[in-house]
Amino acid sequence: MTRKIQFREALNEAMCEEMERDERVFLMGEEVAYYNGAYKVSQGMLERFGARRVVDTPISETGFAGLGVGAAMYGLRPIIEFMSWSFCLVAADQIINNAPKMLYMSGGQFKVPIVFRGNNGAGGQLGSTHSWAVEAMFASVPGLKMAIPSTPRDGKGLLKTAIRDDDPVFFLESERMLGFGARGDADFSRYLHDDRWAPPAAEEDKEFLIPFGQADIKKEGADCTIVALGRPVHFALEAAEQLEKEGIDCEVIDPRTIRPLDIDTIVRSVRKTNYCVVVDQSWPFASIASEIAAQVYEQALDDLDNKIIRVNNDDVPAPYARNLEQEMLPNAKKIIEAVRAVTYRA
Amino acid sequence: MTITSEPDTHTSGQPSDRLDAAALLSMLGEMLLIRRFEERCAQSYQQAKIGGFCHLYIGQEAVAVGSISALRDDDPIITAYRDHGHALARGMDPRLAMAEMFGKVTGCSKGKGGSMHLFDKEHHMYGGHAIVGGQCPLGVGIAFGIQYQQEDKVCVCYLGDGALNQGAFHEAMNLAAIWKLPILFVVENNQYSMGTHIARGTSMADDLSVKAGAYGMRYAECDGMGVLKVYDCFAKAAEQTRAGEGPCLINVETYRFKGHSMSDPQKYRTKEEVAEFEEHDCIQRLRRRLLDRHLATEEQILDLDEKAKKLALEAVKFAEESPATPVEEMFTDVYSQPFEPYRRGEAAEGFRE
Repeated sequence: MTRKIQFREALNEAMCEEMERDERVFLMGEEVAYYNGAYKVSQGMLERFGARRVVDTPISETGFAGLGVGAAMYGLRPIIEFMSWSFCLVAADQIINNAPKMLYMSGGQFKVPIVFRGNNGAGGQLGSTHSWAVEAMFASVPGLKMAIPSTPRDGKGLLKTAIRDDDPVFFLESERMLGFGARGDADFSRYLHDDRWAPPAAEEDKEFLIPFGQADIKKEGADCTIVALGRPVHFALEAAEQLEKEGIDCEVIDPRTIRPLDIDTIVRSVRKTNYCVVVDQSWPFASIASEIAAQVYEQALDDLDNKIIRVNNDDVPAPYARNLEQEMLPNAKKIIEAVRAVTYRA
Repeated sequence: MTITSEPDTHTSGQPSDRLDAAALLSMLGEMLLIRRFEERCAQSYQQAKIGGFCHLYIGQEAVAVGSISALRDDDPIITAYRDHGHALARGMDPRLAMAEMFGKVTGCSKGKGGSMHLFDKEHHMYGGHAIVGGQCPLGVGIAFGIQYQQEDKVCVCYLGDGALNQGAFHEAMNLAAIWKLPILFVVENNQYSMGTHIARGTSMADDLSVKAGAYGMRYAECDGMGVLKVYDCFAKAAEQTRAGEGPCLINVETYRFKGHSMSDPQKYRTKEEVAEFEEHDCIQRLRRRLLDRHLATEEQILDLDEKAKKLALEAVKFAEESPATPVEEMFTDVYSQPFEPYRRGEAAEGFRE
């Protein structure tokens, strides 16, 4: 019997377990304490851990993101919540100049064990300023690690790993996924049933850690590899269900972390299927999909029976109108078309 | 600007009264070391042995030495890119500082940081930081850590007057104020952010107390050309902060005798202005005081200067003779917990071999 758990609850479990385990861990951000989290990820944490360790900030991203970096240099292990990754842009100097380069610039003297986490990607008609998918922009920076979970199970296991990691981790969640699991099985693909969806509770396993750099095969298949991270994994699985009816058996690979990137699992899959579609919710130019495609070409060119197709956000600022936003995102329809095209069944 | 040439004679009842001749000589020695070290930096830069940007501290020595002398050894400090003086005053081996600038593996950051990014964990020096104002939130984070762990320490965060107009400074001030964090924000007010005079770029430049007032924060100011004036100001401010009275903004009025960096023709100020401030040189001021009060002999002071010159020269020699940082070292310290496969960036596998 699968545990019924929402994505936000899994993230909450990860933070609570790690805060119980390590006094140096604290959560800081806008509305994380008294409001119980703008998206209720930190529900109940103030009551449980007190205002010293669950800290509300003013709307001051440069201030509190930088505070986190300084506190991490000093030996604490901050979790800094951005209400949205869109809001991190004003703190760019702190999160991509200071956090990931401190160890290097100090010749190894100061490590920065910090987690920056929050909602990434389109939230639902929020317009361009609030709909940033930051992964492509930040993933090119050496010194940081980046995780993008697609299920509560991965969310919990990866966040616990992130908190214990000694390097800065950019942890990208999705507002649209936080409530996944609220209605039980109706919320997710049948490929994620059984134990694929829910993480173990603390009573079962306090050490449920998912290592970085290990891709998860969300659905096995023989005919075409689809690589996707985060919310697009669900689009990919939706597409796979449709394509199954057409007799195309897709393999859906979820790398789960971009830095490190488990390219080996992706390449192994491509060697088996000979076709590859990469789905990515960042813009196409110099995107995560571009990088994965390039690495697959480098390692498995001879195994490919067609070019790789990238399914990205369209190359426009995120529009407000519902129909346009849906069209802009890498949705199941686009993925289906891409798989048909790449496998010569268009 | 209120720098005066008055001798430090009215210090009765000040914390510096308790400093004996040995302590004063030690402060003079530190200022001399910074001066001589910086002169060697300038020379080495001109010889192209130091690259990149290099910002000299000459003229401002009393600020680092006076403030750090008033702190405890384990009070953490953090500063901006004009950081050589703070590193040396904090106790960094001048050889490691110079080797860093020479880009050698023996440098404090193995040649990966350079002049603007000197770090010394052992001496609680949390770095030189080269994006203006960017160190202010970091300093607040260090102070947050002190408060979180209920420690009896004070963080000192140095910034230039140019940082007063950065958002990061203001956000840091606000956070420090609302949480009463144990931090001293130190404006090393040398009047110029690169070539822009403070009056041209900063509102209320003639009364920086309003910047603190806006955040309900304590404010202090002192003559940064007098090392004992700085010492007294910091001794009091640190004591109050340690006693739980929260943060303080300290405006230290100083002057840099050299250009902003090594490539600064200084068209924005007159030679006369520089000469006038050189009259108030912090080193000469303390030297006069020691002599006037018969706390030291001319010979002792000359000895100190010789020692400083020797240390600076030894630092250059050490840096020159040190091996270059091996290319392999380029790939270390990127991550505390490295991972595989890690693409180092070769155009082709084995490209470097």
